[in-house]
Amino acid sequence: MKTVRIDAKGMHYTPLNQKIRAAVADGAEEIILDNVLGQRFIGDGLRGNVRIIINGVPGGDLGMFMSGPTCIVNGNAEHAPGNTMDSGMLIIHGSAGDAVAHSMRGGKVFVKNNIGYRGGIHMKQYEEEVRPVLVVGGTAHSFLGEYMAGGIVLVLGIGKEKAMTDIGIGSGIHGGEIIIRGEVDDYLLGLGARKFKFTESDLERIAPIIKTFCEQFGYDPTEFLDTNYTRIGPASSRPFASKYVWE
Amino acid sequence: MTLGSVPPKFKVSIDHDQCMDCGRCIENCSYGVYRREGDKILIESRKCTACLRCVSMCPRDAINITEKPIDYRSHPVWTREAREDIINQARSGKIILSGMGNARDLPIIYDNLLLDACQVTTPSIDPLREPMELRTYLGKKPSKLKFKKTESGDVELDTQLAPNLKLNTPIMIGHMSFGAISLNSQLSMAKAVKEIGTYMGAGEGGLHKNLYPYQDNMIVQVASGRFGVNIDYLERGAAIEVKIGQGAKPGIGGHLPGEKVNEEVSKTRMIPLGSDAISPAPHHDIYSIEDLVQLIRSLKEATEWKKPVFVKIAAVHSVARSAAGIARSSADAVVIDGFRGGTGAAPKVFRDHVGIPIETAIASVDQELRKQGVRNEISIIASGGIRSSADLAKSIALGADAVYIGTAALISLGCRVCGNCYRNLCPWGIATQRPDLVSRLDPEAGAVQVSNLIHGWTLELGELMGGAGINSIESLRGNRDRLRGYMLDEGMLNILDVLPAGA
Repeated sequence: MKTVRIDAKGMHYTPLNQKIRAAVADGAEEIILDNVLGQRFIGDGLRGNVRIIINGVPGGDLGMFMSGPTCIVNGNAEHAPGNTMDSGMLIIHGSAGDAVAHSMRGGKVFVKNNIGYRGGIHMKQYEEEVRPVLVVGGTAHSFLGEYMAGGIVLVLGIGKEKAMTDIGIGSGIHGGEIIIRGEVDDYLLGLGARKFKFTESDLERIAPIIKTFCEQFGYDPTEFLDTNYTRIGPASSRPFASKYVWE
Repeated sequence: MTLGSVPPKFKVSIDHDQCMDCGRCIENCSYGVYRREGDKILIESRKCTACLRCVSMCPRDAINITEKPIDYRSHPVWTREAREDIINQARSGKIILSGMGNARDLPIIYDNLLLDACQVTTPSIDPLREPMELRTYLGKKPSKLKFKKTESGDVELDTQLAPNLKLNTPIMIGHMSFGAISLNSQLSMAKAVKEIGTYMGAGEGGLHKNLYPYQDNMIVQVASGRFGVNIDYLERGAAIEVKIGQGAKPGIGGHLPGEKVNEEVSKTRMIPLGSDAISPAPHHDIYSIEDLVQLIRSLKEATEWKKPVFVKIAAVHSVARSAAGIARSSADAVVIDGFRGGTGAAPKVFRDHVGIPIETAIASVDQELRKQGVRNEISIIASGGIRSSADLAKSIALGADAVYIGTAALISLGCRVCGNCYRNLCPWGIATQRPDLVSRLDPEAGAVQVSNLIHGWTLELGELMGGAGINSIESLRGNRDRLRGYMLDEGMLNILDVLPAGA
């Protein structure tokens, strides 16, 4: 495997991305970025199957518009990793900021710990086979899956008494699903969201996602496959249709 | 329903002495006004929208349409519109949606601005003889240029220039998405802008593959829904526009109803067939001016800083401050959309009451940017209710670099401003996805009409400039001395920074 190592210490994001693009063009299969500290836009608009290992804390919009690559972050991530991502994978060995996976259309974002506000906001799905997936090991702040139009958000609540305690879950959701381990209090649901029965077939459907998540972070998947979940989806696929009348 | 019906908006009649019974009116009316029963053509006036398709296709001028055939008791406060809106809401209890732009009879400032011409002391310029420089570059301009000498003794530019768009005329076509309008409308306009050497907006709806041949003349849009936005889309555009707001409905998002999302629209927007496409009011990754900077830079970084990025805002009270913030971000142009801007559908109360006129917005933005010393950092594109070359010339004299036209371009394709864009029934094949209606608009013929319009305005702009002794668009830009206000109050003249007529 062709590996390229880049020391990002003190480097601005533009030359850093130029080096990444050059390495990809040169056939690198793995790129290791050391001393990353707040550089935004890593992997922005990047194509290909390269694996990028980020040692440090990347800045906002990690993997934005990305199409294909995998980024593994050994640290926390900032605002909006996976923003408008098309395909590929982000694996964050820590927590992430607000608007994680904003408008993501495909690919996977796995966050080991917690995420901020508006996680999975306006995630959308076009074709059945390219379903965007956001998995959060810990918990998420308010407005999780707001305006969601497709895809799946899974919150495992590892180490928490309750997986979700913040309000506004799925407000304005009109597609996709939010699956939360354990019970979710009704008052946490946003306008337009409702709970659905979580069935055996739902568990079968999410089992491969849980297994992949556990593989990344060294968890034993057994306990997540033998537990209750709450499934939240849209009360209507046209949440605003009844708000308007024509002139 | 105790309310009963309101009077029909239009009365349609056929002059049977003229009618040759060809049935073109029946074929052409997608709203179902006409039907044949036996040897008679029957009329249901209530369905008429005054799109005038039947009138324009009638070979004998046999059709007559009158507006408001039944009078209410006249009243200066309780207008027909006020009464009908109340009746509608008493029935429904909902927000009223309407099509096209602001429909209130408010004074239009352009009409109270007059242009200058040369007489005895300075000669006018004859555009037949002298070249009129209308070429416009949009994007950041350096505040100074540095040169260096090469070894061979030549002088070479040392300053790195930001990418600019090169326009042969300061007229572009604004963003109208595939979904809101038909592919044939977009194709007509795309062919026209390519031929003329200017640009058009793709709208928030992705870029259909049939438009790829025109992509070098298209500006792609990134709006809050991010529909159709991926790296391929961003790379195809000549420039990228971040849409923050829209003049027709400042402060709120958009909503393409599922009925308009057919297979092609679904593929282009990358959303499921028949699903509603909801664009939230804010971009959920922009909650501050710093976040806007981050989005702009993310777009530049994704496209390796090769493309100008524009930011479009609705003209609202704080437009000058917003524009100054945008000028200090990495944006290359600010688009200001006035309160007369069109749209497929908007809540009526927003369309008619929110925002400010584009004339005041151009003047105050230009003034604020000059005051802050950043006018050269950014281009100003004005839009929202530009109806003629006179509006264009006045916009530039007030401080705009170029304009976007929207409704004017649609009118050149046949639109009669009936305002029923949201119904998917547009008989002109413009605001519809119904294949039989879309096929009524031939992109080749449409392109000729659109380019004729832009060409006509361009000629008129050259004549107006020549008449004023100006031979370059740069000398007209922000040249308020060539404008005079007629019957405008002192407050307005101050905002516009224009003297009254006679001064």
